[in-house]
Amino acid sequence: MTEELRKTESKKDEIIDPEQVERTREARLFMPRVDIYETKDNIHLVADIPGADQDSIDITLEKNILSIEARVATEKPVDYSLTYAEYGIGDFNRKFTLSNEIEKDGIVAVVKDGVLSLTLPKAGPAKSQRISVKSV
Amino acid sequence: MEFRKRYSSSLWEEMDKLQREMNRMFDSAYTNRSGTGFDFPAINVWTKPESGQVIIAELPGINPDELDIKVIGESITISGSRNSPEETENLKYHRQERGYGRFTRSIQLPFPVEADRIEANYEKGILKIWLPRAEADKPRKIVVKSNS
Repeated sequence: MTEELRKTESKKDEIIDPEQVERTREARLFMPRVDIYETKDNIHLVADIPGADQDSIDITLEKNILSIEARVATEKPVDYSLTYAEYGIGDFNRKFTLSNEIEKDGIVAVVKDGVLSLTLPKAGPAKSQRISVKSV
Repeated sequence: MEFRKRYSSSLWEEMDKLQREMNRMFDSAYTNRSGTGFDFPAINVWTKPESGQVIIAELPGINPDELDIKVIGESITISGSRNSPEETENLKYHRQERGYGRFTRSIQLPFPVEADRIEANYEKGILKIWLPRAEADKPRKIVVKSNS
């Protein structure tokens, strides 16, 4: 099991060039790792965003693009110096395209212990409308 | 033609050298002894020689009650697990990038620590462990006497 964790949890993916737009904030940018799975009624999106909380996460839905932005404060222990580093600290950013099957008004987002869980309800099957034909 | 050929071969040599250097750097700094890849969780270590160390690890989605931190001598072991989603029936994965399961990591400390005063906190998916350096081991200032 530990082996499994190692393989997937290799390293944070840093976004070097986010769509050619330069950032004004002095922080590195990473791509959060996500799981996307589907149940009977919903599509679930789970993202690892350690260091971000409710107030520092922005989720926007524009047209069909769902974008997740999470700001992480680069705090460091006072008077201590970094002597060994395996991971970098920075903000998270990732975008997804949603299909039309998603009920856009019903999206629910919850954050706990640095994990963001999005529940995207599937839209019910389009109700067939019966059109009555009148005889003249 | 002759010239270009020689030029490119030296470039390859240079690239090869660089590659080897990179490999060595990664081997020593990041891979664990068994050579299976990266250790989990990744850690950052902050040091203040006269006070101690702070080990910070990114561990999103862990139940802190199931986190086990042990200090034996001059080494610290962090172990725990991350659970997969409870609902396993009718579940179809489209993408799976996050890992699940048990993990254990041992870290060698550069000095003995005051085991009773170790503090750990878990917030926003980040684990911080404050390791105060043992009083007896702290660096001492030696006063130089002069007989004037």
